[in-house]
Amino acid sequence: MPHWLQLMLESLPTLLWAALIFTVPLTLLSFALGLMAGLVTALIRLFGPKPLVALVRFYVWIFRGTPLLVQLFLIFYGLPSVGILLDAFPAALIGFTLNIGAYTSEIIRAVIGSVPKGQWEASYSIGMTWSQAMRRTILPQAGRVAVPPLSNTFISLVKDTSLAAAITVPEMFQAAQRIVATTYEPLILYVEAAALYLAMSSVLSALQARLEVRLNRYGGFLEANA
Amino acid sequence: MIGLTNIEKRFGDNLVLKGVTVSIDEGSVTALVGPSGGGKSTLLRCINLLEIPTSGTLRIGDETLEFRPGAKVPAADIQRVRLQTGMVFQNFQLFPHRTAIENVMEGLVTVLKWPQARARERAMALLEKVGMAHKADAWPATLSGGQQQRVAIARALAPSPRVLLCDEPTSALDPELAQEVVDVLGQLAREGTTMVMATHDLRLASKIAQEVVFLDAGSIVEKGPASIVFDNPERERTKRFIASLRQEEARKEGGGGGSGTISS
Repeated sequence: MPHWLQLMLESLPTLLWAALIFTVPLTLLSFALGLMAGLVTALIRLFGPKPLVALVRFYVWIFRGTPLLVQLFLIFYGLPSVGILLDAFPAALIGFTLNIGAYTSEIIRAVIGSVPKGQWEASYSIGMTWSQAMRRTILPQAGRVAVPPLSNTFISLVKDTSLAAAITVPEMFQAAQRIVATTYEPLILYVEAAALYLAMSSVLSALQARLEVRLNRYGGFLEANA
Repeated sequence: MIGLTNIEKRFGDNLVLKGVTVSIDEGSVTALVGPSGGGKSTLLRCINLLEIPTSGTLRIGDETLEFRPGAKVPAADIQRVRLQTGMVFQNFQLFPHRTAIENVMEGLVTVLKWPQARARERAMALLEKVGMAHKADAWPATLSGGQQQRVAIARALAPSPRVLLCDEPTSALDPELAQEVVDVLGQLAREGTTMVMATHDLRLASKIAQEVVFLDAGSIVEKGPASIVFDNPERERTKRFIASLRQEEARKEGGGGGSGTISS
């Protein structure tokens, strides 16, 4: 067996373990929480009172306009100066959640706006309240349109969790770095880490494709503005 | 009975309805006709409060609502009015993510909290009535315009409203497809369904309406029994309008199978 293959096979369990207990939970948790933050902030921007809208715009502006790595550093290394001390994993979780929230907020705002106004009126005309119309009519249709852009965000997130290595979270990329420190084989280990990220993104892309087929079964928007 | 008294509707500086008073008897069919921008759609939408009148009074069943400029109408009042009305839209507006029967069941299940089985039974009966039972499980996108509109009529009727409001129900349809919708609405009229329809479609209006209200520039020009307004109108303005509709009708039939849409 060639040396590189042997090294890859030997390090694989360590990398997979780090992925399983840090990369995957960090990704799933921060995406789920970020999606909720995105939904709430999008609803505020579309329907909320002015001061709250301004606050949300400020939040989106900050978190989309500054580097994710800088945000993580501020939370983990910066906040202790004002007495807020966080462990590495929660610090990363907060950082990714806020970042994802800002991006998904814009996506959700756009897809809710893309549902024709007549769908609101049809819902109201059969006696639905605003929240029933939102839940039963608007969100299911908006959700379908949201799948491709949200999948983009999700796939970026899987890869971006490698930034958590910089604030001492022992996720997969940091596990690779540690092995490099003892074996002095950066090329082999980093190719291996890259391949594992690629595998994870590929699984997500495949899931996205299946979800789109499922959601497209009804044939999309009608000629609502004919 | 439905009563609209002195209804005014203002969009910004634009006064779209200038104090309109109409009363609609139980079991009657009233056609709102008139040129585009004359206010007939807005008047219709003031009945189920998709537009809130700026001022005036709306009476529907035993519900009476007064509107004043700047005064907010309680959501519960709006809700009660909407539960007594059903609406059919020009562009159908079926819920594309629900099948035909699910569209009809939606109001019963979500708003009236009926159990699924009972809602399905009523929805099926309504689809039967509009001749769409065979397409109960079809997605709206797979139906023709006329079929979609018939499902939309069933959806509007599901919660047993006091009045069916139709906003240009045939104008997005080719003549043959319009005919199947006219037939369904005609049958409902014969069964005593109270209807108010804004329409350009003379065939629809003259076939099923007993009362006609001619609206122009936000005011009622003429109203009365359909036979009189259509065949022997008093006002010059009405005469000219009816004549132009007849011409349009003749041109369409002469053209054969072209688009039946007159923009609103």
